[in-house]
Amino acid sequence: MQQIIISGVGGQGILFVTRLLAETALEMGFSVLISETHGMAQRGGNVISHLKVSSLADDAVASTSRPFVSPLIRPGRADLLLAMHPDGETAHGFYLKDGGVTISNRPDPSNPSALDAGRMALDLGSPVSANLVLLGFAAGSGALFCPPEQVRATLERFGGRRIELSLKAYEAGWDEARRRLAGGVPHSSGGSAA
Amino acid sequence: MALRKIFLGNEAIALGLFEAGCTLAASYPGTPASEILGAMIQLKQAEGASIHLEWSINEKVAFEVALANSYAGRRSAVIMKQVGLNVAADPLMSAAYTGVKGGLVVVVADDPGPHSSQTEQDSRFFAMMAKIPVLDPSTVEEARLFAGMAMEVSEKYGIPVMLRPTTRVCHARQDLLPGAPALNDSEPAFEKNPARWAATPKFRLLLHRELNDKILAISRDEDFQPLAIEGFGQGSGPASAMRSGAPGRPCVVASGVVLAHAREILADLGLSDKIVLYGAPMPHPLPPSFQEAVLGDHDRILVLEETEPVMEMQFPDRTRISGRFDGSVPSSGELLPETVEHILRSFLELPPAPEIKAPEAPGRRPTLCAGCPHRAAFFAIKKALPKGIYPGDIGCYTLGLNLGVVDTVLCMGAAVSQASGFCHAYRSRGDEAPHICATIGDSTFFHAGIPPLMNAVVQDARFTLVILDNSTTAMTGHQPTPAAGVTLDGAHVPALSIEKIVEACGVRFVRIIDPYRLEEMTDLLKEAGRHARADDGGVAVVIARRPCLMDRRQHRPWSRVDIQVTDRCVGCGFCVKHFECPAMVLKQEKEPLEIDRVLCSGCGVCIHVCPHDALAASQPSETRDIHGRE
Repeated sequence: MQQIIISGVGGQGILFVTRLLAETALEMGFSVLISETHGMAQRGGNVISHLKVSSLADDAVASTSRPFVSPLIRPGRADLLLAMHPDGETAHGFYLKDGGVTISNRPDPSNPSALDAGRMALDLGSPVSANLVLLGFAAGSGALFCPPEQVRATLERFGGRRIELSLKAYEAGWDEARRRLAGGVPHSSGGSAA
Repeated sequence: MALRKIFLGNEAIALGLFEAGCTLAASYPGTPASEILGAMIQLKQAEGASIHLEWSINEKVAFEVALANSYAGRRSAVIMKQVGLNVAADPLMSAAYTGVKGGLVVVVADDPGPHSSQTEQDSRFFAMMAKIPVLDPSTVEEARLFAGMAMEVSEKYGIPVMLRPTTRVCHARQDLLPGAPALNDSEPAFEKNPARWAATPKFRLLLHRELNDKILAISRDEDFQPLAIEGFGQGSGPASAMRSGAPGRPCVVASGVVLAHAREILADLGLSDKIVLYGAPMPHPLPPSFQEAVLGDHDRILVLEETEPVMEMQFPDRTRISGRFDGSVPSSGELLPETVEHILRSFLELPPAPEIKAPEAPGRRPTLCAGCPHRAAFFAIKKALPKGIYPGDIGCYTLGLNLGVVDTVLCMGAAVSQASGFCHAYRSRGDEAPHICATIGDSTFFHAGIPPLMNAVVQDARFTLVILDNSTTAMTGHQPTPAAGVTLDGAHVPALSIEKIVEACGVRFVRIIDPYRLEEMTDLLKEAGRHARADDGGVAVVIARRPCLMDRRQHRPWSRVDIQVTDRCVGCGFCVKHFECPAMVLKQEKEPLEIDRVLCSGCGVCIHVCPHDALAASQPSETRDIHGRE
């Protein structure tokens, strides 16, 4: 089971990343609950998605037998915070549990969990793909309930005309995670996979 | 298991309506209800169903269209957000009396918080006032199930039935097993019955008695009795069956998403066997037999519901009930899970959970998108008609607030009528009014802006009205407006012309301008202001027309300019404060402005905004594809 807060500002592709992770979870046989931001706040305001991933017993088609029934994560309960914008860390950090992991899009060489995904995406010629750079980094770091290959497969399945750039962005983040892991940078896991 | 699919709550409602054999659905978009009709359009295309779907001009019209389909014996739905029901209240109250023939589900999405609305009003009170049943789903799965149940019970008793999801159900996603939608081929058959469908007051009294009988019968219907949730107390079942296992035990009666929060929290706290949790699918009418059983079985009762005490106030004896009347439950704001946990712990006399507070100033406020044509229009208004009174309206352009060009936001269409009222406030005393300039979007103008414009003209009100025409309903996800000239089925129909409507309303000053032409628009607004104040003048209407940048269907590439910040920039912050484009970044005062190249659309409007002429365009570099986003 994993409870993930995905946070950023409107227009950063928060909903897209949430969908990508949810579809990946479903493909792996997990059950998901999500809460999203729509409407006014999407216009550049703080945007947050709650994603709860849990295992689903074979006979448990009805939601009554699932561990999660509420679409919202309580403060201090999230295993992982994916902060697509530094503002998201301040605005939504209170959702994280003690010992929870924050993966953050900001330049901070001293922090092994921070990545300047915005700059990397810009270098790839696709500034709007910062969300996928950070997602690749999170998955590659082992912070997610799923292996990085699985998210990549979902991304491929989604397709679309920008798929090549998207994959490149995702893999750039993943590579960076590999590089840091190989360099022996410690990185704790963000909650146990279900 | 691979068959399960992830559904948005609103998609689940659409699926439920389809599965129930709905033959017509009409809606006006509004958060959090907007995606329901959109999902029905997709289902229709996928299934090839013969269902009529429409984005109606407003909620009242949508209601009446759906109601007539139901009079003709066919299953129908009308879909709106909570404040939309204020607009559709007139047909709702009357339709409760006439009753329906084919099922009619009135989907009304409430917005506790509020997240994207003017009020936190509880539509279940509307159901109570109209004397119709209301179903209150707690999960995405229930939203789908209840949509079908609402259709069945509506047809069974011949009464409109409300389905009331809240934001947290509408905008939740959950994996479900999709089913095959039932294709309903029922024949339309309108049976004339003037005593019902055209009832005069004498017959209305009879219909009122009939309505009372219907709602009483529904309150006794077995299908809608609140049930104890399995795993809490002694297994699941109706309240009357709880007597054996649970006497004296405290109980919680909950409906809507609060039920889901309570269920998860109680299980998490290991309290499942210390409490009985009842889920109420139908908060109104709350079955009297349930009320009796609960009051008979439990010494202490907590009622959890959003946003008003609708179930709570139906209990004849509230001396042992905790809820909003005794202050146990807050009377405003969303009941977030952390709030529910706090209430539950306090009710069960447990130590409070460690308090984790959200930061006081949470991040950034919403703003118009970079390159939004509205921003240019607002800037021109501020420049041409300074120190004015600026009535605003409902839509993305409410964010003109940030620019100081929206002074009032009341409800759909009110910008136009309030501009009149402000004018009369000064003029009737013989004072000269300041500039009055109202703004309204194109979709909102069609929805509720036309009658107040006619009213303004015939009452000789004087103001400038700027219709911000981005040719779409942008805030709610780019639904088409009546100016589109095409139905959802792709049939070509007359495209309504805003300028012709404005002229027909008696306005003699009607001009159209591209707001990106900032200087021309400023001059035009000055002229409009003069017309509004001239002895022989009148209402002046300026239509600021440029498609929404974010609307894929209206994708119009333009020559992008690369904005250069020259050394004339002194970091005065004028542009950031008065133009507030999110692509403009001033890290520190007196430092030169930076342009966020990711956000900048290259519209070039800001060049005309800088008082120091410090922004320049380099050669048009490329044709920008704004829609490259993931």
